[in-house]
Amino acid sequence: MKPPRARVDRIAGRMRGVTPPKLLACPDCDLLQQVGEVPIGTSARCPRCRSLLRKRAPRALERTLAYTLTAAVLFVVANSFPFLSFEMRGEETQTALMTGIIDLWNQGKEELATVVAFTIVIAPLAQISLLLYLLVPLQMNRLPWYLPHAFRLLRRAQPWSMMEVFMIGILVAIPKLMGMASIIPGLALWAFVGLMLVLSAANATFDPESVWERHARR
Amino acid sequence: MSDSAPTGMSISCATCHECGFLSRVPARGAHGIVCARCGSAVHLRKPNSLQRTWALVLSAALCYLPANVFPVMVVTSLGQTQADTIFSGVVYFLTHGMWPLAVIVFIASVCVPVLKIVALVSLLVSVQRGSSWRPADRTRIYRMTEAIGRWSMTDIYVVTILVALVRLGNLATIEAGMGAVFFSLVVVLTMLAAESFDPRLIWDRSGA
Repeated sequence: MKPPRARVDRIAGRMRGVTPPKLLACPDCDLLQQVGEVPIGTSARCPRCRSLLRKRAPRALERTLAYTLTAAVLFVVANSFPFLSFEMRGEETQTALMTGIIDLWNQGKEELATVVAFTIVIAPLAQISLLLYLLVPLQMNRLPWYLPHAFRLLRRAQPWSMMEVFMIGILVAIPKLMGMASIIPGLALWAFVGLMLVLSAANATFDPESVWERHARR
Repeated sequence: MSDSAPTGMSISCATCHECGFLSRVPARGAHGIVCARCGSAVHLRKPNSLQRTWALVLSAALCYLPANVFPVMVVTSLGQTQADTIFSGVVYFLTHGMWPLAVIVFIASVCVPVLKIVALVSLLVSVQRGSSWRPADRTRIYRMTEAIGRWSMTDIYVVTILVALVRLGNLATIEAGMGAVFFSLVVVLTMLAAESFDPRLIWDRSGA
């Protein structure tokens, strides 16, 4: 496929004014392409490197908002109740998420405590609150203040929110202790399972492009 | 694909890292350009991508050694002290017949960090040598490197949970070791390294 020079020039000529909304360069390989309307329920990929350009789920904003509201409730539950109890020779310890982080800090492992706090408390909290901050006004047909800033922060927080990895951590930790004592799952544990699922669902349905489309309509 | 496949760069346009909007960038002095849609800084390519990625990958590789030599946790039970490294954690599960867990820990704590460092170094070397070998596959390797990195945090969380649960005074306590600190550094540094690498460099120099 050798696109004629003229085509490139024509695109470049059009670029001199306002960027036409459907002209994109692939974020992974920089291939210039016209992306037409992406039908709801489908996704657009770069023809050269297969990078995902846009995915549109049906009623994406509403569904993302629903998942995020659920996540907000579960986040509060997950952080306020003990998630595991440990019983050994009649002595019982209960653990909430924050106590683990505080213990690490008190053992002189401040760096470790910071990384854990950031990836399982601060980043998920930022993700949930920023999604709500963006989606609640949009749902009511308003634009949130500082939308671009909130959006940028959300993009920064997302890779560091690691709820699903924490779940694997729980799955590995429990059998390690089974030989030593009995483990009783707490209320927060079930909240964690739910939180992991709804956060992943919110990430999967969120369609940033539709946020920008509403932004541009104003 | 031919030599003249039009790219954003070939018409002096840059994709915004944050929102994907295409902005016009003057050919020279492309500094201080902001995205017309979201106001983020826009660059044709991530600035100093190769140098920054090299620095972060090499630091991660340096931390990888102490992460495996020092214990990730120290278990004190009834006066007896036992230090666990990442690898002895895998062996523990194997000897106790819990091989699915051994596999999970081995993949998350041993395979993923090593593969990530190896993948990033090979990508860096291939870009610097101007390789034209399978750019689409190398881009896929990059995307996988970006996606799997977070899973190595598993062991850090296991240590956090055990530390929080086992606090029985003289009976049993668990303390996090220096190995865990270095290991979390490996994970964070490789994640930052993957983020600073620009996969478009693979295509720029491959002549594809």
